[in-house]
Formats: sequence, C-alpha cells, structure tokens
Amino acid sequence: MAGLLLSRLLQAALVMIAVTAVAFAMFRFVGDPVRAMAREDSTPQERAELAQALGLDQPVPVQYARFVGRVARGDFGISYRNQRPVTTLIAERLPATLELVFAATLLALGLGIPLGVMCAIRPDGAAARLVQSISLIGISTPTFVTGIALILFFAVTLRWLPSFGRGDIVDLGFWTTGYLTGSGLRSLVLPSITLALYQLTLIMRLVRSEMIDALSSDYIRFARARGLPKSRIHYVLALRNALMPVITVTGLQIGSLVAFAIVTETVFQWPGMGLLFIQAVSFVDIPVMAAYLMFVGALFVVLNTAVDLVYAIVDPRLRKAKG
Amino acid sequence: MKLGRDIDLPFSVALAAAVAIALVLAAAFAPLLSPFDPTDIATYNLADSELPPRWTLDGDPRFLLGTDNQGRDLYSAILYGARVSIGIGAASVLTAALFGITLGLVAGYFGGAIDAAIMRVGDVIMSFPTILLALLVAGLARGLIPQASSAAWTPVILIAAIAIHEWVQYARTVRAATMVETAKDYVKAARVIGLPPTRIMLRHILPNVMGPVLVIATINLAAAVLTEATLSFLGVGMPPTYPSLGTLIRIGNEFVFSGIWWIATFPALALIVLVLAVNVVGDWLRDRFNPKLRGRE
Amino acid sequence: MKLNRHLPVLAVALTALLPAVAGAQTLRWSSQGDIATMDPYAHTESFTSNVQHHVYDPLVRRNRELKIEPALATSWSIVAPDRWRFVLRRGVVFHDGSPFSADDVVASVERLLDPTARARGNLANVVKAEKVDDFTVDFVLKGPYPLLLNDLSGIFIMSKRWMEANNALKPGNITTGTTTYASTNANGTGPFKLESYRPDQATIMTANDKWWDKPEHNLTRIEFRPIKSDATRVAALLSGEIDMMAPAPLQDLARISAAPGFKVIEEPSLRLIFLGLNFRPELQGQPGVPNPLLKQPVRQALWHAIDLDTLHRRVMRGKSRSVATIVAPPVPGYSAELDKPVGFEPDKAKKMLADAGYPNGFKVKLDCSNDRYINDEQTCVAVAAMWTRIGVQVDLKTESRATYFPKVDRGETDIYMLGWATLPPMDGFSALSALITTRKDGFGGNNPNGYSNPAIDELTRKAAVELDEPKRLAQMVEAFKIARNDVAFLPLHQQPVAWAMKNAVDVPQFADEYVRLWFARMK
Repeated sequence: MAGLLLSRLLQAALVMIAVTAVAFAMFRFVGDPVRAMAREDSTPQERAELAQALGLDQPVPVQYARFVGRVARGDFGISYRNQRPVTTLIAERLPATLELVFAATLLALGLGIPLGVMCAIRPDGAAARLVQSISLIGISTPTFVTGIALILFFAVTLRWLPSFGRGDIVDLGFWTTGYLTGSGLRSLVLPSITLALYQLTLIMRLVRSEMIDALSSDYIRFARARGLPKSRIHYVLALRNALMPVITVTGLQIGSLVAFAIVTETVFQWPGMGLLFIQAVSFVDIPVMAAYLMFVGALFVVLNTAVDLVYAIVDPRLRKAKG
Repeated sequence: MKLGRDIDLPFSVALAAAVAIALVLAAAFAPLLSPFDPTDIATYNLADSELPPRWTLDGDPRFLLGTDNQGRDLYSAILYGARVSIGIGAASVLTAALFGITLGLVAGYFGGAIDAAIMRVGDVIMSFPTILLALLVAGLARGLIPQASSAAWTPVILIAAIAIHEWVQYARTVRAATMVETAKDYVKAARVIGLPPTRIMLRHILPNVMGPVLVIATINLAAAVLTEATLSFLGVGMPPTYPSLGTLIRIGNEFVFSGIWWIATFPALALIVLVLAVNVVGDWLRDRFNPKLRGRE
Repeated sequence: MKLNRHLPVLAVALTALLPAVAGAQTLRWSSQGDIATMDPYAHTESFTSNVQHHVYDPLVRRNRELKIEPALATSWSIVAPDRWRFVLRRGVVFHDGSPFSADDVVASVERLLDPTARARGNLANVVKAEKVDDFTVDFVLKGPYPLLLNDLSGIFIMSKRWMEANNALKPGNITTGTTTYASTNANGTGPFKLESYRPDQATIMTANDKWWDKPEHNLTRIEFRPIKSDATRVAALLSGEIDMMAPAPLQDLARISAAPGFKVIEEPSLRLIFLGLNFRPELQGQPGVPNPLLKQPVRQALWHAIDLDTLHRRVMRGKSRSVATIVAPPVPGYSAELDKPVGFEPDKAKKMLADAGYPNGFKVKLDCSNDRYINDEQTCVAVAAMWTRIGVQVDLKTESRATYFPKVDRGETDIYMLGWATLPPMDGFSALSALITTRKDGFGGNNPNGYSNPAIDELTRKAAVELDEPKRLAQMVEAFKIARNDVAFLPLHQQPVAWAMKNAVDVPQFADEYVRLWFARMK
C-alpha cells in the first residue's frame, strides 16, 4: 500500500513538473506579450521599458526558474489583461465553471442511468433502439454545433431562455452562485445541456453494458428463479453492481468536463475558467494561461490518484496488480 | 482476426459503412466532383458572395448549396473541406497508431525501465483531455515555427496535436497483448534460437494485436475529425483559404443570426453525417471485438 | 443554532430571488471586450477611457459635434508659449461628496506624470501643473505645443483627498500589473457613479444626481456586460437580454433592423484601413531578389488592381467609404482633394507591372489580423484574389491580433493591414508622426518597414511646434500629399460605426466610436 501511494505521488509530481515546463514554454514563446499589451501607436522605447518591467529581457532559464519559484509559493502572478492577481481571477471564475460542470453531471447521471437501464432491460425494444440511435448522433455532433443550434432555437427564435452569461448571481463572499435566482437557473439550462450531452451518452452506454453483464450473472438468475419482483432485481440488485464503474468514470470525467467547458463557455459566454483561458490565449495573457493549465493538470492528478487509491482499498486484488 | 462468413451485418451498419465509404471517395476525388476549386484564390468572386442554395428564391443555378462570404461555391468547399478533415483525421490516426504500436511492442517485449518510461509518459499525457493538449500543441507550434499558421504547415501541426494524445491508447493495448504473447512458449523458443527481436515482434506478435488496434483506430478516426473541427472552430485550425469543415462552420457561425444560414448548416451536416457513419461502424466493430479486448486486459 | 451566522446570506439570497427593479431607465449594453481597469492612468486603451468617462470628467471635453468645450475648466489662456492657464469650475463635488479644487488637478497631473504611469505618454509635452489659487491652475509645457487641449480632453481628474485616504497617490499600470485601490474603485465628478465592477462580467453605474452639469440623459442605471462573440451578442440583443450593442456586426445589421422593436444606427468612424508596404531591399516573399515594391509604378499598379467598390459593396455591405488617404474627414489635416480613390483598372495595372519589368508578377506576402478590424480577414482574402488576377502571387496569412501586431512591428511583413483613427488627439499629426515619418527620435512608431522621405520628415518636425493653426494644417496636408504621390501605403476604406439597440433607446453616435451615455435617453 505504501509502495502504491509512493508511486502514485511520484507520478503526480512528474505530471506537475511536465505541466509547468510546458506551460512556461508555450507561454514564453507564443506571441509577444509586450506588443499585445502596448497600444498600436506606442513608441519602441515604451515597448522596451515594458519588456524590462515584465522581466522578459532576462535569459529564458532565469525566467523559468523564477516562474517555478513563484508557482511553488502559490503566486501565479498578475494577469496582463486585467491587472489583477491570477489567483483571484481563478477563484472568481471557479464557481461559474464548477456550477456548470455540476449541473451537467447531474443532468448526465439523472438521464443517463435510467436510459441505460432501460436499454439494458429490453435491448431490442423500439425505445432502446431509438435512444441508442439518438445517443450515437449525440456523440457525433460537435459541442459547438449543439450550442449554436440551442441558442438559435430556444433563445433567438422562441425567446424562452437566455443566450449568454450566468444571469443574476448571488455573492456569498467566498462563492458566487446562480443556483439561487430564477434568472441564474434559467441561464444554466442551455449551457449545461450542451456540456452534458457527451457525458450523458457515455454514462448511458456504460450503464447499459454493465447492466447487461450484471443481468446475465449467476446471482441474478438465482434471484429470478427465487421469484423476486422484477423491479427489485433490475433497480436494486443489478444496478447496484453496475454503478461502481459509473461512479468511477463520472469522477474521472469531471476533469474532462472542466476542460471541455472551454468550448461551451465560448459559445455561451459563460464567465468561467474556460472563457478566461480562451480570452487569455488571444491576449497572450501568460500568467492566466499557465495557471489554468496547472489547475487542470492538478485537478486530473488529484482525481486520478484518488480514484486509483479508492479502487486499491475497495478491491484488494488490484493492490498487487497495479503496484 | 476471425472475420468469417457467419457475420451478420446489420442493415444500419451496412448503410453507415456505405455512407462512410461514399464520403471518403467523394473527398478523395473532390477535384473531379467539384465545379470549382475553392483553394484557388483567383476564382473567388465577391460579386457572387452569400448566394443562397439553388432551390431557394434567390438561388443561382451555378451554386447548388449557395456560396460563402467570399463568393466561393459551398458544395465545392464542403467536398474539399471533407477532404481536409478526413485527411487530417486519418493521418493523425495513422501517426498515433504507428507510434503507439511501436512503443507498445517495445514496452511489452523488453519490459523493465523502457516499459516504465514509455508508460509513465503515456500516463502524463492521458492526464490531459485531448482538446486542451491539442490547443497547447497548436499554440506552441505557432510560437516556435513562424510559418505555423500557413496552409502548408497547419495540417502537420494539427495531426501532431491530435496524435500526441491518441497514441497512448494503442500503446497500452499493444503492450498488454505483447506481454501475453511474449510469455508464450513459441516466442520463448524464438528468442532462444536467436531470432532478432524486430522479427519476432513483427512476424509473431503484431498480427495478433491488429484486431483491437483496428477497433481503436475506427473509433479514433471519428474523434480525431471532431477534434480537428473543434480546433478550427476555436480559430487555431485550418486557414480560411484552405478550409476544413470546422473552418467553414466557424466562418458560417458569424452569419447564423443574419439569415445566411446555409454557410454553417451544410458543412455542419456533412461533418455530423461523416462522424456518425464512422461511429456506427466503429461501435459495431467494438461490440464484436469487445470480449477479446477485455480478455487481454 | 448557528442560524444567525447564515441569516445575512439568506437575506441576500432572498432579495436576489425577487424580480430585479429594472425600471425603464436601466440601460443594459454590451461590447466585444471589457475595460482593462478603473484606474484612468494605468492604461492607454480608448474603450477603457470611454467607459471611465462616465465616472470621471476631464478639464475639457468633446461635445455632440466632437468640438472641445469647457468641462471642469471653464476657460483658459496661453500666458506664455510654454505656459497655459486654466480657470476651474466652482461648486463641483466628487461622488464621495468632497469639493473639487485646484489641488485635485495638481495631484492628478502629478500622478499621471509619475514615471510608472502607463498613460503618461498621453500628456508627454507637459512638465507639471502649478496651483495659482484654489480655482486657477497653470500647465507648464516643454515648449510650444499646439495640441494641449486635445490631450487634456482625455485626462480624467481624480480626487486628491480620496487618493490620499486610499493610498492611491501612485498610479497603477496594467502592463506591469501594478494595482491600487483606484484599479477597482472610482470616485470622479462624472455623470454616473460606479456601483460595482466585476471584470469580464459586469460594470454597474448609477446616475449622479449631484453632477455639476444639467443631465441630458434620463438614465438611472447602466449595466455593462462584455460579450466577445459577435453571434452571441446579437442573440443576446434579439432575445431581449441587453438593450444595446456597440459595435454591431455588419452582416447582422439587416436582420436586426428587420426585427420588430430594434433599430440600427450607423456613422462613418474615424478609423481608416490601409495596407502598409515593405520598403526594405528585399521582400520576405522572395528573398535574394531586389524588392519590386521599391518601384513606385509597382505600388501604383497594386493600387489600381484593388476593386474598392466591390469591397465596399460586398465585404463592407455598403457601410464603408472608400478612401485614398489615411486621415478621416472631420480630423484636422484631412484634405478632400487627396481623398479621391484611384480607379479600378486591372488592365492598366497589368501593363504597369510589365513596364516595370514584372510581366509575370512576383511573389509577395500579405499579412492580416482576423479579429481586430471590421471584416479584416474577408477584406484581405478579397484583395489577395484581386492581386492574383493581375499575376501577383500572394501568400496570404491571417492571424489573431496577439501574434499579428508584434510581427508587423518587427517588420516581418511585406504588405500588412493597419487601421488608424488618430486617437486620442483626434488630429492628423498622429498619423503623420507615427505612420509616415522615418522611425527615429520617437517618430515613426508605426512605420516599421522603412518608408522614409526627407521632405515629410522635415514637415513633421515643423508641424510639431507650429502654433499657427492654418500653417500647421497646410504643413500636414503637404506631407500627406507627398506620401500619396509616393504611394507610401494603399488606403482601402473608412470603417463604419454601427450600433444596434431596442427602439426605446435613443443615443447619439460619434465618429471616434465612443459611447456617450450621458446623451442617452430611454422611453
């Protein structure tokens, strides 16, 4: 167990080192922050002063060393674009993204599990086939197309739902939430559907295949033979067995959702971290991009490590296999 | 690899396969099928810009699906765009498969430190979602290679950006299969009589892992086409003078609310149909090979 | 048990659940980008200045005709060539209730001229401000300078007492990341008070009922929300989530004005779009060969090959104005005589190329931004197509402003797109000194590709210190004429300013693209 823990932590550290190096390299060599920030009619002298003030006149290894040093202290610098500490910016944007991801996950689980069960119980029924076909179309449609179509239909044509932003939000000091206002909830609908669609398909298919496996296992046959009610067999016995992998995958996928939110947030102008990242890319806002990258990296490392360790605890067989 | 006679091909899969093949052929022979060459900038005529599809009231008989904002025939642009999208998708799948199989074979055959090194790099890469990694690679390339966003270089960068994430899946599968095969007696015997490792890997191990690789490749092709479209939509993909389907959708998106619906709609439909067809085939293949895949893991 | 602690939070939540009190006088508007900061001296962005102008007043301001008129200063006189005297308005109070006086002007100028202030170049010819009495201030200049009032119209006055109390006497700087209390808070004398500023999300202002001027607007509240994507912004307007958008994408104008309840207003902007040229010995597009662009007839031929009329009708949807110079009509230095576009004559262009020794054309790079000017990418693709038809092989590349402008600045382009609006001074001298004067002594900041003409350089240096206005204008026009005959650049068009809004909104439009909501009225 200690060995596994150690190797996991080592791997986590490795990931984070790779991430900081890539973050720094990309952001040091892409574009020219000075020219991006200076106005079009600035003088060459003004620009030189700027480069010096930003430390860009130093040798690259020195810049990298300084970068890592600051990151280690939890200082991600100041955003070039809106001159505020990156940590503050991320903290401000985090609630928006997490609330979106949370809503999308709920939606995906809430719809994906029942649909998956349905498809497993009657795999050849008309409903199951329809759901299967729609789910294939779902994973074949790019997120941005879905988003644009939803805006066009529900916001512009029908005017039922807002097309952008979070609506009215409530500031709780440490967190801003859109869950407490009518307009906040309404604003959440279209983006969370867009983001959830892919996830929903994934969960549905997973539940379906796990359920089919579980339904053909011996103890379900035994339960059937004993004459237990069908609903109890399906929803309690079989589903309980199918849920473990679903929960694992959902957990692992949260990281992907945060990253995939880049596209959804761009389409819906959702003021989360993904939008922050894309805006930072177009302004060559180095500190923000670096921090975002490291945040997503860290999120993945934590989720992966946690899932692995939980598995190791739950399933003793894995301790040897994976260690 | 037992694709025997007794396989019953469902109608939907047959249809999807036919559609996919038709689209691939149409893309491959785009220059023959297109009335215009959308990559020849000299043929752009602004006077023809934003014409609606032929069957509508203001349609022009020359342009079946209408024209885009540069006066480019949309039908031709979609054929060429599909060519670019499929080309980039297939090339990235091939690249990823090539690297993944090679590294998987090496890791599985030799084991030890080489294995650990390759698989740890893979783990690090798998820690990131495809789209973020691809954005990173595309951005990095733009910074390092001044010509990176030119029409000649962008496909190479996109291929690399997508393949850098996908090879890991092949490597993991092939490694697992290789380990199983390596432990078998005939491979041990071949080693004892001094056959070179490359020969053992290529002749004896590789054929046994091609089935699962084919499944991964099909599913990845659909994913790669989508990733390329997303990158192009976010503005780091193909330039407007050499558009992929994603670029066409990006251009069309600016006109969606202005009543000029066709620029975004037709490329989006083409993209969805293409990806859907490949996905249906991939799904079916996976279901067939699934037991085998599981057994190996 | 611990309910007490949560009560305030609950109260906030419940208040928020009630429908917002959005009277008819709340104006919700949107633009592409957000402001960079609330600190007036920490940036040089015109849009940020624009929004700050609602909270802060300058000494002199632009009226509805964009002419300079008194604001916090009521009158001024030139005491000596290098000393201007300003008489200040009495009875003005800041939003926090404290009175405005000469001390505030002196402290503001001192803060602006601090070496760490990002915007100190906006007042480059001023040495200092001196208090004469409580309502009289002298500005000491480096020498004779004709554009002081133009500069001052963009300098906002802050409260000395407020800066002292909040430790904000030193300026912020968005590029070095220096922030102060003033970066996110504001205390001006302007028509609106800042209620809250959440970057990239919303900036909320309320009407200042103690404003020194009689308000022409009838707003009680302004909500500004940036929406970067054109399509999303249009959707937000059409679905009723915002009342106004500035700017509105050209391709959507027809659709918006056709929608019931919405209207579009347009006006020519001050921003002119032109193509800059490479005047170095070799082209990037074909190294090792003498640069064809060095021959005036070749440049002329490229100009003749551009179908400005089609660009105007198709790409700009009839909303632009084709031009032949780099200064817009209302700006001092403009001359209608120089602004007659050359004809579209592709055959003549071909012949000129052949006569110049390029019967088969040549290879050249064309670089453009794709997110800076109105339909910039589409314009460049069209121009590339037009040149291809006269035999010039164009290697076109379009990219984001973030990578594009650095490249232009390093001179790594052959032909590149640039827009110029002569802001902030709104004077032709801005174009003259930055675009066509040789890069030297602080001139030619945006002349990266070696254009140099001694006659223009001399005129620039004369105009810089000329206080006699007719003489100064003549010098500038003369310089622009030389540049035009030289074909130092290829002018394309004057951009339009197009805004879209609900019918209930009534707001005047300005060529400098400023949104001046103190003139706005809502039904």
